[in-house]
Amino acid sequence: MTRCRHLFIILALTLAFLTPVAAEDLLAARSTQSFPEAMLMLQESIREHGYTVSRVQRVDIGLTNMGYQTDKYRVVFFGKIDEVRELSNRHPEMIPYLPMNISVIAEGDQTILITSNPAIYKTLFSKVKNKFLFDHWENDIRSIFNDIREAE
Amino acid sequence: MYLRLPIIALLYTIASAATAAPDGASLYSEHCAVCHGASGTGGVGIPLAVDSLLSIVSDDYLKKTIRLGRPGRIMPAFPKLSDAQINAIISHLRGWSDRKLEIMPEKPVRGDARHGKVLYAEHCASCHGKDGEGGKGTGVTFSRHRDMDIIPPALNNPGFQAATCDHMIQQTLIVGREGTPMTSFLEEGLTEQDINDIVRYVRTFYSEDDPDARTGEDLPPTLIVESPYSLEETVENAKQAISGKNFRFIRTQPLEEGLVPEGEENSRQVMIYFCNFNFLFEALAKDPRIGMFLPCRITVVERDGVVQVMSVNPMYLSKLFNNEELHEDCRTMTGIYRELLDEISL
Repeated sequence: MTRCRHLFIILALTLAFLTPVAAEDLLAARSTQSFPEAMLMLQESIREHGYTVSRVQRVDIGLTNMGYQTDKYRVVFFGKIDEVRELSNRHPEMIPYLPMNISVIAEGDQTILITSNPAIYKTLFSKVKNKFLFDHWENDIRSIFNDIREAE
Repeated sequence: MYLRLPIIALLYTIASAATAAPDGASLYSEHCAVCHGASGTGGVGIPLAVDSLLSIVSDDYLKKTIRLGRPGRIMPAFPKLSDAQINAIISHLRGWSDRKLEIMPEKPVRGDARHGKVLYAEHCASCHGKDGEGGKGTGVTFSRHRDMDIIPPALNNPGFQAATCDHMIQQTLIVGREGTPMTSFLEEGLTEQDINDIVRYVRTFYSEDDPDARTGEDLPPTLIVESPYSLEETVENAKQAISGKNFRFIRTQPLEEGLVPEGEENSRQVMIYFCNFNFLFEALAKDPRIGMFLPCRITVVERDGVVQVMSVNPMYLSKLFNNEELHEDCRTMTGIYRELLDEISL
C-alpha cells in the first residue's frame, strides 16, 4: 500500500514537472501543409482523439457567393455526444459554446488553425463541477495541433 | 527494494526536465510562428527575420515585448514564459540575422518635441496615425488588400513605449526598415536633429486607456432570456427578428446534429444560424481569428416547459483577441444579440 502511494506521489510529481504551465486564451498552430491537406489531417486527428466531426462550416463559400474576395476559411465543429449532452443538460448556459470548433485559415501556401482554449471555461462557467473535462479538452486540442505541426 | 530503480529513474527524468535548456525553435513554433510565420516572414504579425530590425532591437526590447505584448494590438503578453524560455526564443530569432547588433546608448535623445510634432504630422502620421495609434487591420492575411507588407505599428502603445528606447526609434528613422514601407528619413531629407525632435515627440505618446478595462468582464459570458412562447413559435420569432436586423437567415439545426445518427437528436435544442456578410467581411479584415463566433448563432432551448433564448456574449469574448479594433465590433454585436433576444421574447 505504501509502495503504491510512493509511486503515485512520484508519478504526480513527474507529471507536474513535465506538463506545460502556460494557459493561453487562444490555442493556435501553423501548418506548412496546404489548406486541403491540413483540413484532412485535422479531421483525421480529431477522430483519432475520439471526437465526432459534426459539421464543417464553409465561411469562404458564403462570402464568395455574396461577392466578397476571400482566401479559404472553414470552421470545423466537433464533440463527443455524451459530453455535449451532460453539459447542455446540467449547464444550459454553456450551450452557445457547444460543440467545440476550430477555425482553419489559408495563409498563402500554409494553413493556420485556431480556437479558444477550453480552459477559459473554468472561469467563464464556474458552476461546472467537472472542470477536469475542460483540461481534458485543452490537452486534446494541444495534441491535435501537435499532430498537425509534426506532419510537416 | 524493487521500487528503488524506477524511483531513481523517475527522479532523474524530473531533474532532466527541470534543468534542460529550453528549445528556442520549438518554443517559437508553439507560441510565435502562428502569427509571425514559421521562418519569421510575418503574417498576422510583423516579419521578424529582417536584418534592419534584428540589428537594432536589443534583447531587453524583445524580452519586454514578449512579456508585455502590445495591449489592444493582437500581440499577447506572455507572463507565464520563464526568463530562460524567453531567452531561448530570442536566441532563435537572433539566428535569422548575421548583421551585428548595434548597442544602443541608454541616455535619452535630446530634441524639441514641439518641432517634432510638426515633422511627425508631415512625415509619419499618414502611416502611424495622427496620435501614433498605428494602422488599421491585421497583417498580411486573408480578406484584406495586400497592398502593405505590414500594418504600421502603434507608437502610442504602452507595450511599445515600455519596451523601446530613444535610440532605437532614432535608428529606425535613420536607417528605415527594409522590406517594409518605412524608409530612411535621413535619405528623405531630414537632418539628424529633425529626427531627434521626432523621437522626443514620439516619446510623449502614452495612452491612458487600459484595453482590459473595456473587455466586458463584468458581463456574463452568455446572454439568456426566457421566452413566453413555445419553442416552435420562438424559433419563428427569431427568424423574423433576424431578417429585421438585416441579417441573412442561414439554417436551423439541432445542437446534436452530426454527433448522433439523424433522427436521434434532441429536438428541443435548436440552433439558428444567420449572417450579415458585409459585417462579417469587415470583422475578418480586422481580425481573421474570429472563426469561433461564426456564423452568428442564437440557440432556443426548451427544458421542463420553459423556453430560453441564448447566445454567446461577444463583448465578453473580446478580451481573448487583444484587438482594440475588433472590440468595437464585439460591442456592436453584443448590442445586436441583446436586441434580437428582446424582440424574440417580447
